[in-house]
Amino acid sequence: MSAFLLYTLTSVALFSIGLYTLVVREHLLRKILALNVMGGAVFLFIVAIGYRNRGEAPDPISHAVVLTGIVVAVSITAFALALIRRLHAETGRTVLREEEGLE
Amino acid sequence: MLDSPLDPLLALGIIAVAWTSLSSRNLFTGVILFIVFGLLMSLAWVRLDAPDIALAEAAIGAGITGALLLDALGQIGSDGRERRRPPHLRWGAAAVGIAVAGLLTHAFTDLPRDAGGMTGAVAAALPESGVSHAVTAVLLNFRSYDTWLEVAVLLVAVIGVLSLRRGVGLSGPEPSGAADDPMLPGMARVLLPVMVLVGGYLLWRGTHAPGGAFQGGAVLGSAGVLLLLAGDRPFARLPGALFRGALMAGLAGFGLAALGLLASGRGFLALPPEHAGAIILAVEITVTLSIALTLTALFAGARQPDGTAAPDGSAGSHRP
Amino acid sequence: MSALDWVTVTLLCGGGFFFLAGTLGLLRFPDAHARLHALTKADNLGLGLVVLGLVLQAPGPAVAAKLILTWLLALLASATSCYLIAGVSRGRREDASAPRDA
Repeated sequence: MSAFLLYTLTSVALFSIGLYTLVVREHLLRKILALNVMGGAVFLFIVAIGYRNRGEAPDPISHAVVLTGIVVAVSITAFALALIRRLHAETGRTVLREEEGLE
Repeated sequence: MLDSPLDPLLALGIIAVAWTSLSSRNLFTGVILFIVFGLLMSLAWVRLDAPDIALAEAAIGAGITGALLLDALGQIGSDGRERRRPPHLRWGAAAVGIAVAGLLTHAFTDLPRDAGGMTGAVAAALPESGVSHAVTAVLLNFRSYDTWLEVAVLLVAVIGVLSLRRGVGLSGPEPSGAADDPMLPGMARVLLPVMVLVGGYLLWRGTHAPGGAFQGGAVLGSAGVLLLLAGDRPFARLPGALFRGALMAGLAGFGLAALGLLASGRGFLALPPEHAGAIILAVEITVTLSIALTLTALFAGARQPDGTAAPDGSAGSHRP
Repeated sequence: MSALDWVTVTLLCGGGFFFLAGTLGLLRFPDAHARLHALTKADNLGLGLVVLGLVLQAPGPAVAAKLILTWLLALLASATSCYLIAGVSRGRREDASAPRDA
């Protein structure tokens, strides 16, 4: 098995785990963790695509794109956490209830 | 072929830690395991010949994100119990997850492995780019537009976080005396000069080796977070206009470079080879400072000043 | 492999042994203080041995100095966080209203 195949399969597994958690679990902070795991899976795949054999230079575009992606992911996480904290401060809950809406 | 048993073990470890983190009932456990996940991902980046990303993942993905998550847990609590979802939803989602995994695996195992990519093109253009490290050249010269917009995303995030604050200024009220413990401030006093040095070093190093504005900015941002955790109130001393200006500095620096180049007859963000190095360094310095201040503000902005969810805006110093 | 490589391997294995011992302590000890004791002692010594082994392989004094600096910083951070965690844990045990540090 090549390194590319191994890390690609890892990224697929991570993506599926994150997707399942994002859909099924209700707690908003857990959804944020799941989203970050899915993001990490995508980054892993992009870098695996750009990987050449050991000793050869990898594709720098892959690395630049993932570097940008990591910074964007932390921005999204920070903003989402601020929203969760505000929701908790206003309602005391950390889940979204469809039946009640957001008072 | 794999040349070491480290890779399969690392891959299994990453999946196992991610699964345990997402499925743990106690959110504190989940967040700590998520930080471990970030560190294992750093190792994966090293194994995939991506040291720039390893640096950024360790500092931003594990460090800053971990600090933000732990701070949020301090407010909302670690109890992650939820309603049990109906079986049809759980089984349906599991089926969708497995189907997605299957489709992705099928798609990825069919990919041509020798598609070439841009390695050769970047290497050919590297001498004219002003730096000698390929990733930095891509980030700040060939694809600098993406980096500029990324700085804008950071700015939007900090505007959003600050907007969600409830009436109290960023500096918060006077500390109540909980900062009597000299240990953390003492460690911060030793560590902060080292962090500033390391941040600057990473910034400078990016021109010729793995490093750059984001890694340096992340270390400096972590220094800001450490300052806040040690009980200092840096935003109380920072005039509001200067704070807002410094947040904008990265975006503005890039914008000035872009418009200046446009005005001088070259293309938008088309760096001339003879000045590229200087322009890149100048832009990188402003971006680093901006990132550092933004990450610190993202951390400070989410905290309620007294650690609780109290909404009153009575105890406040000036709004920055 | 040269003699130097064998020394490095020995030191790395020694470091690994201490990490293993610390992890065993983390899993088996009954309370937070005992676990902290096991972790910080074992990990500091383990990291020190690993760093020493890598210093022998370093291509120059600059890299060796950076490795040792890494170890010193890890010592500082680990000691301080051990202290902070122990303080919170003791506060919980005394059932006082301990402040929740991030």
